[in-house]
Amino acid sequence: MTLDVLTPRVLYCHCAYAAVVPKATKEAVLRGLTDAGIAFDAVPDLCELSARRDPMLADLTGDGPTKLVACYPRAVKWLFHAAGVELSQNIEVLNMRTDDADAILADVLGTPSTAPEVTA
Amino acid sequence: MSALPMADAKAATITRFRVAVYESTGAEPLDPGVRGDLVSALLAKGYAVTVVRRGATLARFTAGTLVVLGRFTEAKPLEAADGPVAIHFRDVAALTAAQAVEVVDGLRGGEALTKPGAWKPWFPVIDYDRCTNCMQCLSFCLFDVYAVSADKKIQVQNQTKCKTDCPACSRVCPEVAILFPKYRHGPINGDVIGADDVRREVMKVDISALLGGDIYQALRDRSAKSKSRFAKERDEDRALEERQKCLVALGKSLEIPPEVFASLPSIDEIRTKADQAAARATAALADR
Repeated sequence: MTLDVLTPRVLYCHCAYAAVVPKATKEAVLRGLTDAGIAFDAVPDLCELSARRDPMLADLTGDGPTKLVACYPRAVKWLFHAAGVELSQNIEVLNMRTDDADAILADVLGTPSTAPEVTA
Repeated sequence: MSALPMADAKAATITRFRVAVYESTGAEPLDPGVRGDLVSALLAKGYAVTVVRRGATLARFTAGTLVVLGRFTEAKPLEAADGPVAIHFRDVAALTAAQAVEVVDGLRGGEALTKPGAWKPWFPVIDYDRCTNCMQCLSFCLFDVYAVSADKKIQVQNQTKCKTDCPACSRVCPEVAILFPKYRHGPINGDVIGADDVRREVMKVDISALLGGDIYQALRDRSAKSKSRFAKERDEDRALEERQKCLVALGKSLEIPPEVFASLPSIDEIRTKADQAAARATAALADR
């Protein structure tokens, strides 16, 4: 039997088709994620996926805890809803429009969930 | 949740395509700099990317095309399949990030995919925690972005018909329930709504009311006056100037880009569309 810490998945939005997320912030966050050597999912633009009702949105939001690095939580929630996907309570949205890269990376990389997952 | 309509015809033709940067069993990890450059380059080209590390739980991929890039230590077939997932393995040990992206481009070439970034994703998103289903947005929008669902709820149906950078419908929403996530300022961008925001939005609605109580009515009135003046004075320039003044005032109060006015239908078409939208809204409200 092994005792693993249940680490939240990470989903990063690059907000590629508009300049509303500070470029320096999103690039620093992305570089921090890739430098850390963690597993994560990244999409070019959640808005575009929502507008297309891309089925990938449902795939990207599983049942487990997820840190979703994007923009305002209210916007993210209703973008997913518009695509027919409801975000679960396990999803925490981090806002690159208001928070700096260091704070976001500290949140994503610094604190694994306290909920243990036991696997045989 | 109520069933949502198909937003656009193109939604039905979405082909799932994802790139996995694979650093788990059977592969060596990439240098962090290479990994960063590769992921950045892929995102810039519009690809969804999954970085795969040993022991991590990742998003499922249930159908479509998956391109797996890695420094493989075990022989991999170029092509494989896992049920409805077509898998392409490509070793990128000797490639730069740009070259790896070219490999992905080549694999994507045969797929009928929507060109990423061809359209700035600008469209309204409804906050149903706030929306009262008053149908003002349906009555207001001339571009058929809004529609009513089978259960008589307002919804955004034609996102791509929305005019880029125009947030005007959010300005006429009395509940601040319409978001444009790529808008510059809150609360329209999704920021938390404060009491001051609600008051400010109400004031803006009042400003539009000052233009004539109804924006379309204002346009019609101005047009009628212009026509009357034109008939009396046969002064085409003056009529156009009058209409232009009205549009400039409207644009400033609702932050409507000039391009939107340039693409407005004719006054007769506006009248028809407004009447149709009003009829749909009235019918939806009557059936509630």
